[in-house]
Amino acid sequence: MNTVNLTINGKLVQAEKGSTIMEVALANGIKIPHLCYEKGLSIAGSCRLCMVKIKGRPGMEAACTTEVVEKMKVITSDEEIDEARKLIVELILSEHKHDCLVCESNGQCELQDLAYELGIEKIRFPVSKSIEPTEDSSQVILKDPNKCILCGRCVRACAEITVQRVLDFAARGSGTFLISGLDQPLVDTDCVSCGACIQTCPTGALTEKLARFQGRSWEFRKVQTICPYCGVGCQIELNIKNDKIVKVYGVEEGPDNKGHLCVKGRFGFDYVHHKDRLTTPLIKHNGKFEEASWDGALNLVATKFKELKDKYGSDALAGLSSAKCTNEENYLFQKFIRICFGTNNVDHCARLCHASTVAGLSRAFGSGAMTNSIWEFEKADVILVTGSNTTETHPVIGNYFKHLAAYNGTKLIVVDPRAIELTEYAEIWLRQKSGTDVAWINGLMNVIINEGLYNKEFVENRTENFDEFRKVVSKYTPGKVEKITGIPEEKLIAAARMYGKADRGSIVFAMGITQHTTGTDNVLSLANLAMLCGNVGREGTGVNPLRGQNNVQGACDLGALPDVYPGYQKVSKAQVRENFETTWGVKLPPKEGLTVVEIIDAASKGEIKGLYIMGENPMLSDPNLNHVREGLENLDFLVVQDIFLTETAELADVVLPGVSFAEKEGTFTNTCRRIQLLHKAIPPIGKSREDWKIIMEISKRMGYPMAYHSPGEIMDEIASLTPIYGGVHFDRLGGQGLQWPCPSREHPGTPYLHKDKFTRGKGLFTPVDYIPPAELPDEEYPFLLSTGRVLYHFHTGSLSRRSKPLDGIAPEGFLEISPQDAKKLRIKNNDWVRVSSRRGKLKVKVKITHHVDKGVVFMTFHFAESAANLLTSDALDPVAKIPEYKVSAVKIERI
Amino acid sequence: MKLRNKEKDVIALLNKAQRENKHNYITEDKLKLTAQEAGLSYSEVYGVATFYSLFSLKPRGEYVIQVCDSGPCHLMGSKSIFKVLEKELKIKVGETTADGRFTLEEVSCLGICNEAPAMMINEKVCGNLTPQKIREILRELRKKK
Ligand code: SF4
Ligand code: SF4
Ligand code: SF4
Ligand code: FES
Repeated sequence: MNTVNLTINGKLVQAEKGSTIMEVALANGIKIPHLCYEKGLSIAGSCRLCMVKIKGRPGMEAACTTEVVEKMKVITSDEEIDEARKLIVELILSEHKHDCLVCESNGQCELQDLAYELGIEKIRFPVSKSIEPTEDSSQVILKDPNKCILCGRCVRACAEITVQRVLDFAARGSGTFLISGLDQPLVDTDCVSCGACIQTCPTGALTEKLARFQGRSWEFRKVQTICPYCGVGCQIELNIKNDKIVKVYGVEEGPDNKGHLCVKGRFGFDYVHHKDRLTTPLIKHNGKFEEASWDGALNLVATKFKELKDKYGSDALAGLSSAKCTNEENYLFQKFIRICFGTNNVDHCARLCHASTVAGLSRAFGSGAMTNSIWEFEKADVILVTGSNTTETHPVIGNYFKHLAAYNGTKLIVVDPRAIELTEYAEIWLRQKSGTDVAWINGLMNVIINEGLYNKEFVENRTENFDEFRKVVSKYTPGKVEKITGIPEEKLIAAARMYGKADRGSIVFAMGITQHTTGTDNVLSLANLAMLCGNVGREGTGVNPLRGQNNVQGACDLGALPDVYPGYQKVSKAQVRENFETTWGVKLPPKEGLTVVEIIDAASKGEIKGLYIMGENPMLSDPNLNHVREGLENLDFLVVQDIFLTETAELADVVLPGVSFAEKEGTFTNTCRRIQLLHKAIPPIGKSREDWKIIMEISKRMGYPMAYHSPGEIMDEIASLTPIYGGVHFDRLGGQGLQWPCPSREHPGTPYLHKDKFTRGKGLFTPVDYIPPAELPDEEYPFLLSTGRVLYHFHTGSLSRRSKPLDGIAPEGFLEISPQDAKKLRIKNNDWVRVSSRRGKLKVKVKITHHVDKGVVFMTFHFAESAANLLTSDALDPVAKIPEYKVSAVKIERI
Repeated sequence: MKLRNKEKDVIALLNKAQRENKHNYITEDKLKLTAQEAGLSYSEVYGVATFYSLFSLKPRGEYVIQVCDSGPCHLMGSKSIFKVLEKELKIKVGETTADGRFTLEEVSCLGICNEAPAMMINEKVCGNLTPQKIREILRELRKKK
């Protein structure tokens, strides 16, 4: 029997065995006062407010710690219980700063509510607390020790959700107080400003520093929507006063974030109201921007593009769509380019991050997306993370990994050239030389096959081409692999055994795997590994690329790619094309278009004359920036649609002001294929317009009117043309959203792919040999440069650098260098150096750290002042056309 | 690795750190080191170090004299023991002598109530105290270098 019958206040309820009285009561809508208990955190049982009486047991017991048993009779409130609770609250109040008048928590304070509910008019004890100063060293958190009731929720949130363990209690008895670090200011600790502690604090002891005096709980309009930063797709609740976002909370029901957020999602929203927002169209006259009317700008854009098309042909035009924009906007954008420009020259920044994933996984499995869901990681026995600095790039997922390793016994294998935060939580860390991924993955499989650890049944029944693949893998003995990768033989063998023996092994990867000239090969190798061990098609397994941008998955799904229409349907297939031609009522070009880097190349050669860029910033994001500038400057006509005058927009002939996520409706698809609804929270700033409306206006002026009244209508059209989105309609997207493939209205969506059968039928093993990176260090350029991100910024920083707290925490870029190399070059921390490659040079500050190995340096690419992509190489993966951001050769000089 | 929870070791580690320090306290560096060794965070180690009266985070004398003020000792005259010590050492409870040799503290039960009043000097317990006995003990300690 797994259910238990009991009564609470005479009401008969059923509960799962092992649950506590508190959980059962809450689930049944019965309120039991509590302060130290919070759903999702471990149980402290310290405040004693939840005391209840249980028939047949003496005294009272804490509801949050007592498990229910059959026939239990619980009373949650009577005179005696209430009296005891009153006493506790009065004792707490006697040590509390009574500051409700100006307290940020007024109206949403659990202590205040309790005092009210228990009818505490007067406190029987003298109010005796010496007033301590508040602590405001953090950019985002204000700590008022005088309002802390020592419930410990923040301590547990920090330790269990974010797993930073910054907070704890010091001293004992009545002298107990909350500390961070060694009783240091928060700013000097390991705090990552996630704000989990604020969200859980029942009182005003921890509050949002920047929201101070900006509004009170009852004044806020609350709108649920999706975080605009990364692909985790956290659900957020905006708290808005006078059309201004003041605070953000994580939505507890959010299927992937469960209330948790990272610093960007919680505190990085203020860019929406930044003074730099573009509020009106701009047209460049004699090198200077002048404000223009919408009509003027739109007419000019349409006329110019038409002219260029007539003069040079359709393929002289191209468009770059945006992984920041909604699904509906991406759909319209590619539709517009294909119809009005008449070309398939449409791509977006997915080319720069996961093109190789899409290419590799489509080939091996038939679908180029994350195979499993975020919540399934807890079901895995072993998680192999490679080329993903998860705690900085996908923090909410990174924190799950830390939590699982620390509390759940899940084993982490991390394979990364850098010492990242996750390596501290890993059972095994393999430090490969950058760009040698195929070799170590083949090495793992070599051991797994030799030791008979592979899943023969799966290989036989569900895959093909095993023998060919096996031949290649047999060459990669651990000894040989050590020579190529630098990973010691024994460590490789240990990792192979750990992954090979796991019942459920999950593979997670990101840019460290994809951004190589061998990106597709790397992905194919990971797919081989998963298939070899039968780790596909079950919960908690799979090959899981973590997608970067909030909607990069969606932008790919909706066909903002040069070779496929929405739903990865091949442009080159006549039957597919005809289907789109019929629905759209036009002839469509059959030739596949150019990719991002190729478009820029073609522009510098004069082959592309006109370019329409929506919400992308190639002038920082693309490799070899000097070359990008050359290309963009060589265009006859450049239109940039964005919310800020980005480095790219500055080069434009016409700038069209789009809107931020908070000003529009639509959907984003997160990294685990979950399509989630965005709600419009505030009206467009200034004269800016929703991006989908702007596209419609240009389309109309180019002779193809579009008549959608809402993004919901656009989605209906998407559903009719895109089998994987076939059952996706706005009315179905409340709460949990839907995970594609969702082929029909009745279909519940798909948490994990390839159950029983791969999308392509059988899983395809591909033999892959190791090929070294395109450019390796040599005498002239002796260092290997790798690029990446930091927690506090996103992509080219056009949003995050305009957020006061985010830019406040991380105002500048840096170059990570090993202590050995720093010594050799005689440079100290914070010294400035000049870094140069064959393509460009820049100045940057130095950070000396063990995180990078000798001979390797690392730079972030967010900062225009030290734009790493001036240096990077635009050597491409031959299949996916993704550039090799992770390996280029540079030299470093003291200045 | 940040996984190992060795909370049991932490008290032993802190104790060792304190004993090895000339001034009978745990330095910030040692706290940090202990955190690393025990696989705890800074705040967790700080929490433990401030929870037990055994530990100090401030420099103390070479000899830490902890006088028991629990019930039995109190009845048997611990107040006068404090008085004698304060007079002899010319410091108050919680203070350290100017030469850095003695610190006077108050603690609760040392576990030898049958020999009340009692005190502990560093790790040595002395019971059945009288003013005379205290002066002798102090004289002995002062002689030591
Ligand atoms: S913001 Fe996050 S990391 Fe910082 S103390 Fe709070 S919970 Fe811990
Ligand atoms: S700061 Fe808030 S959450 Fe933390 S212990 Fe104090 S009252 Fe509880
Ligand atoms: S940036 Fe990513 S992890 Fe952070 S809150 Fe937004 S969606 Fe969540
Ligand atoms: S809620 Fe149960 S003891 Fe605090």
